[in-house]
Amino acid sequence: MLTVIEIYQLLPKTNCKICGDSTCMAFAVSLLGRRKKLVECTPILEENFKKQKEKLDSLLLPSAGASETGMIVHPELCTGCGNCVVACPVDVANDPHGAGMGCAPTNDRVIFKVVEGKVIASNVQECRRFGKNKVLCYACIDPCPTGAIEFA
Amino acid sequence: MLTCTGCSLLCEDIEAIIEDNKIKGTKNACRRGAARIKGCANRLVPSIDQKPSDVESSIKKAAELLRNAKSPMIFGFDNSSCEAQVQGIQFAQKIHAVIDDTSSFCQGLLMEIILQKKLKTCSLDDIRNKADVLVYWGSDAQDSHPRHLSRFSYFPRGESRQRGYEEDRLAIAIDVRESNTAKICKKHFYRINPKGDREFILALMEALSGKAPVNDAKNMLELAGVLKKAQFGAIFVGIGLMYSIKNDFEILTKLANMLPKFSIMPMVGHYNMRGLNEALFKETGYVNRVKFDEKGVQDNKYALIEALKNKSIDALVVVGSDPVLSLPRSVLSHLSSIPVICIDPCQTFTSKISSVNIPCAATGVESAGSAVRMDGKVITLKKIIENNYRSDEDVIKQLMGAI
Ligand code: SF4
Ligand code: SF4
Ligand code: SF4
Ligand code: SF4
Repeated sequence: MLTVIEIYQLLPKTNCKICGDSTCMAFAVSLLGRRKKLVECTPILEENFKKQKEKLDSLLLPSAGASETGMIVHPELCTGCGNCVVACPVDVANDPHGAGMGCAPTNDRVIFKVVEGKVIASNVQECRRFGKNKVLCYACIDPCPTGAIEFA
Repeated sequence: MLTCTGCSLLCEDIEAIIEDNKIKGTKNACRRGAARIKGCANRLVPSIDQKPSDVESSIKKAAELLRNAKSPMIFGFDNSSCEAQVQGIQFAQKIHAVIDDTSSFCQGLLMEIILQKKLKTCSLDDIRNKADVLVYWGSDAQDSHPRHLSRFSYFPRGESRQRGYEEDRLAIAIDVRESNTAKICKKHFYRINPKGDREFILALMEALSGKAPVNDAKNMLELAGVLKKAQFGAIFVGIGLMYSIKNDFEILTKLANMLPKFSIMPMVGHYNMRGLNEALFKETGYVNRVKFDEKGVQDNKYALIEALKNKSIDALVVVGSDPVLSLPRSVLSHLSSIPVICIDPCQTFTSKISSVNIPCAATGVESAGSAVRMDGKVITLKKIIENNYRSDEDVIKQLMGAI
């Protein structure tokens, strides 16, 4: 998974504040959290940072397809086993007698569903990694043996 | 809702999206199941000597070939409804045939011992509700039965397992490679050498009886400790373990006797293999490779491979199975010298060498019936698409009538 340090290492590291953040490190955090775009750091657009910019673009790219919350599902890796559907605490809380018991979800408030043999995520705003009381939940990443779920 | 026939879990919670009397999509089925429900790309077409024909003529030709056969064999039915299986057994009785299926080279022996009640077993629902220690042995369920861990064993919450898998359950994998199932078991994965299951069982039995095994003592004692503490355990026996200990099966019963809290679950492959094993067992006392003749029932020592090797059969009816795919090359020459009649919804390797091909409906989509889940529960299969294909049960009935 992409880390703040990895992003920071590639930034100009001048703390010039043009981006609106007080330091390059703070800007790296903003980039990772998807609150800012790389182009807001105008110094990195200069020719001598070309290589670093390309690298940053490619690192930040996979998340371009990610939802607001940064969750990325790789459908080509997913076998539709449903482990994540049943293990996600939000799914258990919102559908205790369906998904929580290992059955097919019985309502639309769950995060994960298997459609056409592959998982799709919705209601991601409910994910415990986001919002006010966020926690670093691994309950969908851990049970997936193929690495089909990631957070950017 | 429809029942998936992709594996012997027979998931009953599948939604199908139907347009123009065709399946356009599925919900809740795993990738394997979704592909299965959509059906095969190449439907079998009726043919005689690989030349296109019609169903009636193909059945007539098949009847003629079987009338002339002295020792025919009927093989398959693992992918058929229970109703078709009963029909198949009657057919074998009528034409004095041997009936056999793929279980004779995988889970058959284990099934026999379970049906004889020599091993303790339980239902998958018991496992979901009560099990705290799960052992996948020689079985990569994530691949062979993709929803096994999510529907029944590790991930779901059950009556006395309310707190989720991290706290309430422990999953162990014993395998020769780090399979996807083993990846989920993480530090409870025990890697063994190829064919090392016997050795592993012996060491584990030592550890269970309190002795320190010679090899790998620390790991073994740790595993024995976990198993002893189980309140309700399950051992999922895969073909990896079956192949490895097939010459000394008693060792598994011995181990099971040392683990009174554990139930044994055969990880049955095809969706209704257990159905055929049970039907044959009820009728004859054997689970597979049964011979019917004037004198009644006999244990046919020869399963399909041996029968072909010894040239002891002179015609073969294959129903919903593709033996050519897995038979050793050495026996294929006899197979190509005898008439083969193939009854299947799809083209298979076997249908490509068959003398007569008779297409049938895909059970669970185009025809209804019932099937037996890996744990023995009878599950209903539904018909959701209306078309002209006859069920395999009807094809067998017609064939019997024509003889
Ligand atoms: S604009 Fe770029 S170089 Fe300046 S502080 Fe922000 S990230 Fe650092
Ligand atoms: S991180 Fe946790 S809450 Fe969020 S989707 Fe995954 S399992 Fe559910
Ligand atoms: S994302 Fe992973 S755990 Fe979820 S269904 Fe797909 S393969 Fe299974
Ligand atoms: S686990 Fe087996 S029965 Fe269930 S949906 Fe997948 S293939 Fe079908």
